[in-house]
Amino acid sequence: MASPLADGRTKPGISPEAMKKKAAEKGAFNPAHLTLARRQRKSYTIRLWSVRHSRFLEWFYSHFANTFLALHPVWKAVGYNRAEKPVTFVERGVKGLLFDCRMCGQCVLSSTGMSCPMNCPKQLRNGPCGGVRANGNCEVEPDMPCVWVQAWNGSRRMNKRDAILDVQKPVDQSLRETSSWLRVTALAAAAREEANRS
Amino acid sequence: MTSKSGNRPPQSDENPLGIDLPLDPLPGHSSLGRLERVLRRGEFAVTAELNPPDSANAADVFERAAVFDGWVDAINAVDASGANAHMSSVGICALLTRMGYAPVMQISCRDRNRIAIQGDVLGAAAMGVANILCLTGDGVQAGDQPGAKPVFDLDSMSLLETIRTMRDDGKFLSGRKLTSSPSVFLGAAINPFAPPFDFRPHRLAKKIEAGAQFVQSQYCFDVPMFAEYMKRVRDMGLHEKCYIMCGVGPLASAKTARWIRSNVPGIHIPDHVIKRLEGAENQKAEGKRICVDIINEVKEIEGVSGIHVMAYRQEEYVAEIVSESDALKGRKPWKREMRADDRMVAERFEDMLSAENGQTPQEIVEGRTG
Ligand code: SF4
Repeated sequence: MASPLADGRTKPGISPEAMKKKAAEKGAFNPAHLTLARRQRKSYTIRLWSVRHSRFLEWFYSHFANTFLALHPVWKAVGYNRAEKPVTFVERGVKGLLFDCRMCGQCVLSSTGMSCPMNCPKQLRNGPCGGVRANGNCEVEPDMPCVWVQAWNGSRRMNKRDAILDVQKPVDQSLRETSSWLRVTALAAAAREEANRS
Repeated sequence: MTSKSGNRPPQSDENPLGIDLPLDPLPGHSSLGRLERVLRRGEFAVTAELNPPDSANAADVFERAAVFDGWVDAINAVDASGANAHMSSVGICALLTRMGYAPVMQISCRDRNRIAIQGDVLGAAAMGVANILCLTGDGVQAGDQPGAKPVFDLDSMSLLETIRTMRDDGKFLSGRKLTSSPSVFLGAAINPFAPPFDFRPHRLAKKIEAGAQFVQSQYCFDVPMFAEYMKRVRDMGLHEKCYIMCGVGPLASAKTARWIRSNVPGIHIPDHVIKRLEGAENQKAEGKRICVDIINEVKEIEGVSGIHVMAYRQEEYVAEIVSESDALKGRKPWKREMRADDRMVAERFEDMLSAENGQTPQEIVEGRTG
């Protein structure tokens, strides 16, 4: 028993092929390029917590956005361009932890129930696709809860619960890795100035 | 029409000047195609899926299309379905339109970005493609080349919106003007059989808002579930804004059914269907019967405007399924026939080959004309 098999395994019957076969018998669809080991390393705990607390996060976010807007003179003094780097750093850290943010630079969390759509393997902005498994997990990654099933659940808890029904524009890839917080703030400040002038 | 229409019986929805030519525009129609005409007339439409060949031979496409002759209103040209490489949907459409067929060109977002897709839409419309179906597409993991780079630049929703903008506003996504816009009837796919179930009708509403004019559903094996979905769709009034076609298809055996259930994403096959297949002596025939039964039930659901038959590798049964379920309700869809001039040439050749009177071709011609 102790002598390893030819392909380095110690026990027969648990080769990746065997594992796939077993999963297939149970009815789970198993993509070819995902090994069990790789999938088990992932954890979705925090991301799912955020969706469960979408209402709180929505409330928090709106206050946070106001604070950021109030800081507009600061950003202006520093220069939006120079603020970009540190703010992006913080934004990536915070949103990366809470939402597994992928820094698309055009945040739609408030319309997607606080479930980041860029974590969908198809990066759908208007999901879910037709491949969602019966247990609510993703077609491509069988162990990940479908981002869009989560989004729907999260949106049901929010005040702006129907924002998820808006058709989202395609992602502007040229905005990747930039701060969405600063962009939204700059736009809001511009809109405010416009309103004040007229 | 003189010699062209010749001894060809008149067919509905056909340009009398040539089968490959577009029809006259009708008021309120967005395409020049037959499928839109059939649906807008309120007739029960039938479409089928062509199994894309793994070959570079045009005859393969024609052969596969010929089995549908006279049974379907449009033929879906799939775009690398299941993420397996096949002849492209643009290529298949080029061949089909050449022969006068009405293809539904599927575009999936998996393989091409927005630049390529907008170009393909223009090219397809120029070839006479009147129907385009916008899909997100299966993930690359589902196919034979899981190492491919998934593109997913657009999703089905933004793709619909993009093509609608091109058609109605005559503009690319970037805002640049088109000199002539593609007249296409826009379709999308729905899957009422996957969670989140309460979101699915809303998602159809979103697709309609984005531009969908007809939708084809995923394989329906669970009629009560589909009926439930349709009820909610009717409550939202969506069946009046969009033509809903139900996807159906025969299962070859209980074993294939099991395999599909565990390997093809998004297809829901209830246990009782598999039991019924298992219990049958001839599973293939039973699979066909189940399909006919499902069509008969689905036909009666209010708001269903047609069926979409996906008989993968059993295309030869499509005609039987359609006739046994009487889905066409006595109607005869367009059928490819020899053109009048083709027929004339054929007759001449026959005369020459079976020259009973021993005349040479020259003599025949001289005798005829002189
Ligand atoms: S199942 Fe959900 S997460 Fe997976 S690809 Fe489809 S929409 Fe995205």
